[in-house]
Amino acid sequence: MTTQPNAAPESPLGSQAIAQTVLSPTRPLYWSIRRELWENRSIYIAPLAAAAVYLFGFLISLFWVPRGMRGMMGAHGPMPPIVVLAMPYAHAAMLLMLTTSLVGIFYSLDALHGERRDRSILFWKSLPVSDLTTVLSKASIPLVVLPLLAFAVTVALQLIILLLSGAALLVNRAGAATPWAPPLFEMQLVSLYGMIVLVLWHAPIYCWFLLVSGWARRATLVWAVLPPMAIAVVEFIAFHTSNFGSLLHDRLFGFTGAAFDLTDKNGVPIDAHFIPLTQLAPGRFLSNPSLWLGLVFAALCFVAAVRLRRYQGPI
Amino acid sequence: MTVIEARGLRKTFGTTIALDGVNLRVEEGRIVGLIGPNGAGKSTALSAMLGLTPYQGELKVLGRDPWAERDQLMRDVCFIADVAVLPRWMRVSQAFDYVAGVHPRFDRVKAEGFLAKTDIRHASKVRELSKGMVTQLHLALVMAIDAKLLVLDEPTLGLDLLYRKQFYDSLLNDYYDRSRTIVVTTHQVEDVQNVLTDLMFINRGRIVLDCSMEEFESRYREVNVRPEQLAAARAFKPIHERHVLGRSILLFDGAEQHRLAALGAVRTPSIADLFVALLGNEPADKPGSKPGNQAGGSQGAAK
Repeated sequence: MTTQPNAAPESPLGSQAIAQTVLSPTRPLYWSIRRELWENRSIYIAPLAAAAVYLFGFLISLFWVPRGMRGMMGAHGPMPPIVVLAMPYAHAAMLLMLTTSLVGIFYSLDALHGERRDRSILFWKSLPVSDLTTVLSKASIPLVVLPLLAFAVTVALQLIILLLSGAALLVNRAGAATPWAPPLFEMQLVSLYGMIVLVLWHAPIYCWFLLVSGWARRATLVWAVLPPMAIAVVEFIAFHTSNFGSLLHDRLFGFTGAAFDLTDKNGVPIDAHFIPLTQLAPGRFLSNPSLWLGLVFAALCFVAAVRLRRYQGPI
Repeated sequence: MTVIEARGLRKTFGTTIALDGVNLRVEEGRIVGLIGPNGAGKSTALSAMLGLTPYQGELKVLGRDPWAERDQLMRDVCFIADVAVLPRWMRVSQAFDYVAGVHPRFDRVKAEGFLAKTDIRHASKVRELSKGMVTQLHLALVMAIDAKLLVLDEPTLGLDLLYRKQFYDSLLNDYYDRSRTIVVTTHQVEDVQNVLTDLMFINRGRIVLDCSMEEFESRYREVNVRPEQLAAARAFKPIHERHVLGRSILLFDGAEQHRLAALGAVRTPSIADLFVALLGNEPADKPGSKPGNQAGGSQGAAK
């Protein structure tokens, strides 16, 4: 599979030639990320499986499209038609975001723990790969690989939904004049923005989990979740306040409020199934101190995880 | 060229002293056996040399500080930490791809050649291989790396006699070329007696014997003493005496050979015999040992 043959003659002259071979510094990182994908196939299987399940459900729903759509429009009363049209596409995007977030959480909790548990850390450390490269490759899974995968699978799934809906309409000979699809390209741009802000917002969570996975000897989930909860409980009992609790809540669910303007110019709430491009608020998001404090915390956890791996061996 | 040089190497785990001022020097092209009882500090010493654990004192491996420069050092140093550290989920082909991807001195063609001599298939996962095959795979990977130093920590633990024999045979025939250096720790000393060029005994965190195998063979003599000669033999101050089937076997350090021949059958002792003689009947509290440094204790901490 490798593209570099690395062949070397056995003569001493040959070994001198190898000694001069210098690998580019990104090569170990590239192979370390591939290694993560070999070991954790759920990284790509889970989003694909979620997409397949969604598609299966959607295919069944197609038999009820005309009636279903009319019913929905009737049932939801004042809901704008565009929201109804956007729903299957938005649900697909949300399902994939949720799936990859879950995969990312469980991946991070095991990333630096599994290699100590199965003693393979001794093998990894016998190779010229720095702790920084290793931790970077592991952090890049929830922070880069999974969001990219989620977006790619979402786009593919939405295109399939679009094709299937079009085909269903043709078969049902519905009026071609009525709109039958939302502005999909706009939705996908919004999804891309959503994935980016989500990962920036959740980066401290992933990095904290990564740190715990490198430190805890067992029960990483418990060590990752209980201490923050304990702080919140102690604060509530001691001071009857819940600042830390709301901080946690905001970190988990606050990204939509932080990155989107969810009311229109008349102050009417916007349905989250279809958020127009005009409602993105990147400026507000980037000037939110909470974002930057979170990223500083994430960076600290990352540095600590790199330092810690130096000292860690099998458990 | 000096490959490993340690001066006053110390390592403690809490109150347990794993390395108590180790001084050693390993020259290029040597095959050194580091032999010691459980908890003697073998694994800790190797971990320090491989940059896996911090230490006090001075330690240079190939001129580098292992703790500060582990990843650069690993371009020139290979190690098999123990059997079964290859990740069980990995396919054989993936192991080759990965090492080829990250190691600048890995020769894939060579590794494929070593693998072809075994029954291991590329598509197999490590978890599907027997313990012996995993070791063969690891050895194929390691021998295809053009390293200057190979460190083996109990590389044949749990393997049957055939695999063990094969392991050291391939190492000597296909890998060792007199410019490479090998450091090995093992409890199966009979396997390495004819492999080593140098012998070190470590006990309670200190090196208690450091000699070449030539020196070992010329210095130590074991005599199966005839009963009537026993008193005379004891006068030569044997360093150890044991009894086998009613006969006394005495071990001498540096005694003159022609005199010993008169006492009974003389032979070169095995490493195991010398090991027992030097370490087997040590009093519990000798200089160098500290409270809490019981056998087994520091080994557990070192792992």
